Amino acid sequence: MTIKEQQDNIIADFEVFGDWMEKYEYIIQLGKDLPLIDPTYKTDDNLIRGCQSKVWLHAEMQGDKLVFTADSDAVITKGLVALMIQVLSHQAPKDIANADIYFIDAIGLTSHLSPTRSNGLLSMLKQIKLYAIGYQAKSVQQN
Amino acid sequence: METATAKNTIWPDVELIRNEFPILQQTVNGNPLVYLDNGATTQKPVQVIRAMQEYYTGYNSNVHRGVHTLSQKATSAYEAARHQVAAYIGAHHHEVVFTKGTTDAINLVAAGFRRAFLHEGDEVIISGMEHHSNIVPWQLACEEKKAHLKVIPVTDQGELDMDTFAAMLNPRVKIVSVAWVSNTLGTINPVKDIIAMAHAKGIPVLLDAAQAAAHTPIKVHELDVDFLALSAHKVYGPTGIGILYGKESWLQQLPPYQGGGDMIKHVTFEKTTYAEPPLKFEAGTPAICEAIGFGAAVAYVTQLGIHKIQAYEHQLTEYAVAQLKTIPELRLIGESRHRAGAISFLIGQHHPSDVGVLLDQQGIAVRTGHHCTQPLMDRFECPGTVRASLALYNTTADIDRLVAGVQKAVTLLG
Repeated sequence: MTIKEQQDNIIADFEVFGDWMEKYEYIIQLGKDLPLIDPTYKTDDNLIRGCQSKVWLHAEMQGDKLVFTADSDAVITKGLVALMIQVLSHQAPKDIANADIYFIDAIGLTSHLSPTRSNGLLSMLKQIKLYAIGYQAKSVQQN
Repeated sequence: METATAKNTIWPDVELIRNEFPILQQTVNGNPLVYLDNGATTQKPVQVIRAMQEYYTGYNSNVHRGVHTLSQKATSAYEAARHQVAAYIGAHHHEVVFTKGTTDAINLVAAGFRRAFLHEGDEVIISGMEHHSNIVPWQLACEEKKAHLKVIPVTDQGELDMDTFAAMLNPRVKIVSVAWVSNTLGTINPVKDIIAMAHAKGIPVLLDAAQAAAHTPIKVHELDVDFLALSAHKVYGPTGIGILYGKESWLQQLPPYQGGGDMIKHVTFEKTTYAEPPLKFEAGTPAICEAIGFGAAVAYVTQLGIHKIQAYEHQLTEYAVAQLKTIPELRLIGESRHRAGAISFLIGQHHPSDVGVLLDQQGIAVRTGHHCTQPLMDRFECPGTVRASLALYNTTADIDRLVAGVQKAVTLLG
């Protein structure tokens, strides 16, 4: 699935929720279901510091796809991280670098991406893009 | 269940008072706003907003030395505000320096001590429950002078270990700088004892009164405190202004903080002589409108009666603590015998930010995080807390909404 298709799927999933509680219940469940990051990757180097909650993000190439694993000490942040990973993991670095991320807005969680929220999600998106640009540059060099 | 109005026996007027705060009359995320983040900043009554609007629409002008009518009017209002704030804390007006806020006031004293009184091997005493603004300025001063920062330990209940404090006082200590009320734990520290014990050894005391100023009567001369810092925005006034109270003798001795206009007597390229305190410490055009707003804020609190506010908030705090304790997963951080209305808690193993997000969805504003007291969070081995902090316009109905909101968050977080 493309990044766009992944986002459209999530938007469709969220359309069924009647109120904020159902929405957050789902995010919390996603947070609980997110496979834990390999503890060896839960290092300070992989830590994205938000003011409130911590997010760890690890990136590695598998074939020509960039794969992300992540964790957070706050479950709602972790659920949002899971959504971000669902959209952007297992994609080509070039596609990740160029991706337009619109689903957070469309599902009514824009405030979580605001810099003032300081939950690390915006920093995480920036870091994902940086990894993608980095791996893209590396593959260009190798070719 | 008893109704909120039935419980407000001390202050049945609270609903009328709420009407004086325009910001409280709104919904957030579809629910009437419950504002419980007063430790961070308080909301402003129309009296304050009006005073500030009148300044900008009627007599905005720079203060001091102006011969024209508007400048004289602005100067009178600015100095009248100083008198109002001085009266509020039981000080003489010439002992009250306008600053940007509590942080600025503490930095002023720390910078003065660094330059004039602190030497290698000296000690500065703070406590384990200080806000970063009463840690870092002293740390900077001590680092520069190779002096030592000493910390009064905090007990499991969230109180200062006074026996250890007594043992820490020695001739090398140049100042004791502690919070009157902890912004994180709500603990009211025994400041009279602290001052008496320090003075017995000839050591001056600075009180960070940021969290006390809106909730407790302050009488600096009775307290015999040497310095006291507070911020207007935590006392229903505007941001960007606060005060440093200093005993006259200390303000005379303390060197100037910043140089510029207004703080001088005479300037030549060879030497500058300084104005008398408090102007010695007020370089540049001050926050005139904010000072006038601050004056209006303390006038508002004075008119309501700080003793009445204290009694009401005490009752409300007891109610809040009792109600929160009915939530089985809830653990209070800070259970001092003497406490104010800043109530920190954790819910099971849930991250404070998760609880905060879910309360916000219900229109309830609390603060989550370390509250600028990271060493204290380390002491209690938590990443942060959820903090509800009360003000005079909060009601038992607000507390009931908080408790129901937390219960809903617990259900959702599972």
